[in-house]
Amino acid sequence: MPMQQMSRRSFLLRSAAVGGGLLLEVTLPKSSVAETEQASAQAETSPEVTAWVLIRPDDTIIIRVARVEMGQGNFTGLPMLVAEELACDWSKVQAEYASTSEHLRRNRIFQTMLTGGSRSIRDSQEYLRTAGAAARLMLTTAAAQRWGVPVAECVAENSLITHTPTQRQLSFGAVAAEAATLDIPENPPLKDPAAWTLLGQPAARFDIPDKVTGKTAFAIDTRLPGMAYASIAQCPVFGGSLKSVDAEKIADMRGVVKVVPLEDAVVVVAKESWWNAQQAIRALPIEWDFGEHAHVSSDSILEFLREGIQLEKAPVSRHEGDIDSAFASAATMIEADYYAPYLEHATMEPQNCTALYTDKRVDVWAPAQNSEATAAVTAETADVPVSRVEVHKVHLGGGFGRRGLHIEFVRQAVRIAKTMPGTPVQLIWSREEDIQHGRYRPVALVRMRAALNAAGEPTAWTVRQAEQSIFSEVRPHLIRDGVDIVGVRTFADAPYTFPNMHMEYAMRNTHVPPGPWRAVAHTHNPFFRESFIDELAHAAGQDPYQFRRTLLQTPQASKDLAILDAVAEAAGWDSPLPEGVHRGIAVQDSYGSYTAAVIEASVNGTGELTLHRVVVGIDCGYVANPDSVRAQLEGSVVYGLTAALYGEITIKEGRVEQSNFHDYRMMRIAEMPTVEVLLKPTGGFWGGVGEPGMAPLAPALCNAIFAATGKRIRSLPLKNHDLRPA
Amino acid sequence: MISLTVNGTEHSVDVSSDMRLLWVLRDILGLTGTKFGCGMSLCGACTVHLDGEPVRSCVMPVSIAAGKKITTIEGLSTDGSHPLQQAWVAHQVPQCGYCQTGMIMSAVALLKKKPQPTDTDINEAVTNICRCGTYTRIRAAIHTAAEKSGSNNGMKG
Ligand code: FES
Ligand code: FES
Repeated sequence: MPMQQMSRRSFLLRSAAVGGGLLLEVTLPKSSVAETEQASAQAETSPEVTAWVLIRPDDTIIIRVARVEMGQGNFTGLPMLVAEELACDWSKVQAEYASTSEHLRRNRIFQTMLTGGSRSIRDSQEYLRTAGAAARLMLTTAAAQRWGVPVAECVAENSLITHTPTQRQLSFGAVAAEAATLDIPENPPLKDPAAWTLLGQPAARFDIPDKVTGKTAFAIDTRLPGMAYASIAQCPVFGGSLKSVDAEKIADMRGVVKVVPLEDAVVVVAKESWWNAQQAIRALPIEWDFGEHAHVSSDSILEFLREGIQLEKAPVSRHEGDIDSAFASAATMIEADYYAPYLEHATMEPQNCTALYTDKRVDVWAPAQNSEATAAVTAETADVPVSRVEVHKVHLGGGFGRRGLHIEFVRQAVRIAKTMPGTPVQLIWSREEDIQHGRYRPVALVRMRAALNAAGEPTAWTVRQAEQSIFSEVRPHLIRDGVDIVGVRTFADAPYTFPNMHMEYAMRNTHVPPGPWRAVAHTHNPFFRESFIDELAHAAGQDPYQFRRTLLQTPQASKDLAILDAVAEAAGWDSPLPEGVHRGIAVQDSYGSYTAAVIEASVNGTGELTLHRVVVGIDCGYVANPDSVRAQLEGSVVYGLTAALYGEITIKEGRVEQSNFHDYRMMRIAEMPTVEVLLKPTGGFWGGVGEPGMAPLAPALCNAIFAATGKRIRSLPLKNHDLRPA
Repeated sequence: MISLTVNGTEHSVDVSSDMRLLWVLRDILGLTGTKFGCGMSLCGACTVHLDGEPVRSCVMPVSIAAGKKITTIEGLSTDGSHPLQQAWVAHQVPQCGYCQTGMIMSAVALLKKKPQPTDTDINEAVTNICRCGTYTRIRAAIHTAAEKSGSNNGMKG
């Protein structure tokens, strides 16, 4: 059986480049092929009126989407931004992915293909609305020219251009070819948001009909003639490497084509089905060199974090006032340590990638959050110019941050495909590989102290974070003077007014690879902060909602205050509850949006927790598709509460202990509380939506548990706590 | 050779008898609407019907399915016209959508047994995992489909 030797060069590349996005910045050429050579066949039948809009003679409008749909609804919301200004008939609009190779050939004409950071709508809205307005102007101008009348006498509405004085009409489709030849106006005026008719109204999502029939082809559903299947086993200990495999042992197993050793993994390629590859890799005798981290455990990591708490000094992320004298004159001091564990994303569609390498080009299908980075990684791994790479865009079966910066499955698939030119190879990670080789939400230990004066008013607050940094490796520019500026969010930018504040950040990087998990720092940090604020409220003998209100009285905090008030009111904060049911509250701004939650929960005599009701509200400024915002908040409730209740990745002998959904548990429908989503868009800004809903959930729940039991939860997940009333 | 009846069509497949039905459907027959999520009967993404009963095809040896009537999402309707599919669209249930075909197959089996399910019935029958967290809408969509068929039945007398 052939054994593929790893090349030294690819090993170096692999070691040097951790994240796809990073590669992108160093390897992608600007436009390499003249744009004119690349006029697509489509353009002849569907003239391009700006890069974003294609219009067919039958008035079908195709709006291109550069970012990727992974459940958040941007495949519909992004076209809405264009269509609002285009003044087209929405019922004739179709969404279509913008081609990555065309994007690269045309000097990044689609701006960016990255999907993450709750950025799709808010970062695209201006250029997409502008493109829509420009296209409308081009179409109107084309009609005016055909009629020989001034443009000012023509208006576009519902895909029709009307010459107002004569009431003559032309459809968009009728003038699209002429419009396509006109110059694109640079600064077309945009509508006043008050005049929007599409944006802000719920729209049915384009991607949903095919998702209920099974027609949607995710990357894992790619089917190509002659395709081979690959299964991978990666070194269980992070940083370890492959020593040897006994490929002969599985040579006779059904379908087995070959074994491909990689530096830290081994792959079996098989014909017929992934089942064959998976059976073979399970039977394959593998010897690993576990490397230097095989002794690391969750306990040793916790010890390492504790040292970070105890360090005499750590880089400062925020300093205001005079902590020492405030503490010296305190009437009451409160101190608490909080902890949050590693978490894995567990996208429902496991990591996978299909690659086809030929001497002419390389094709890949991958569930990746940035197709531009996928192209760069493919080009580099295959050692071909990026102009010979085609990334086929597909909807993702979940993303949650797992597949933005870290797309090692693409690299693996391309390496395998390169060993068998002409044969498409589909690599699928088992769920066990997914759980054990993730990019984990970092562990964090935080010590907070606060002082109250004799009147119960908070006078000082200190924070020492001992946390792993996500970005020190992949985005070093986000580390400033030792502080991971993303990792300190929630604290360094807290809207609460304490006269004296001092915050420090002790970076504690372990061998467990960290990554941006949905909401990044805004999952564990809000749990710490909003639970601690609750502790202060109780120490001050005040209502936790009112206590927060008094700390949110500055103009900068007005939107936090408003969403807090709105959610408290919707939840009926002061209204009586059924016997045994208690409330908790939390507020947080993140990704440019403002969220708050009230959770009602009860704990029975045996310590069993029941979630009754979640009220979660958001002010994200403007809203594209309100139903998608609602859905994202509903989804955040499940993602956030799953983490609070069960989420925990633990380390033993350098490796992840959990392996599948039996020991990495997910919430299911039976555990669902009633969920009420409150949309309170105040306009004037564009905030993110995919992640902000996560922030207030864990603390609101733990604050409710305190109200119910008197037990203060200072570490997650809740499954590790005995909740029986003291 | 193993004979399978999938969505009313007979197939004869040359696979090992312990190959799991999921992979026969996906890789041999090209029916990719049935999904792989865990391979351990934990998530329900691979749910299909065997003689009308919901089963998790990722752990079902193909030999056990031989001779039985297998229904996959592709066999439910090709145009999304099944009442549950319509309710799913009406409630805009799917987010990423990866779990949804399995969810729908679980829900279809439930409604066959209990045309007017209670919330508890739903909790017991639909134990699939949705990582995107669409549970609230799933519940609402099942109730809607049940109500619709209830009122249809009523009209037909
Ligand atoms: S894939 Fe079968 S239950 Fe998860
Ligand atoms: S819709 Fe994404 S997992 Fe259910």
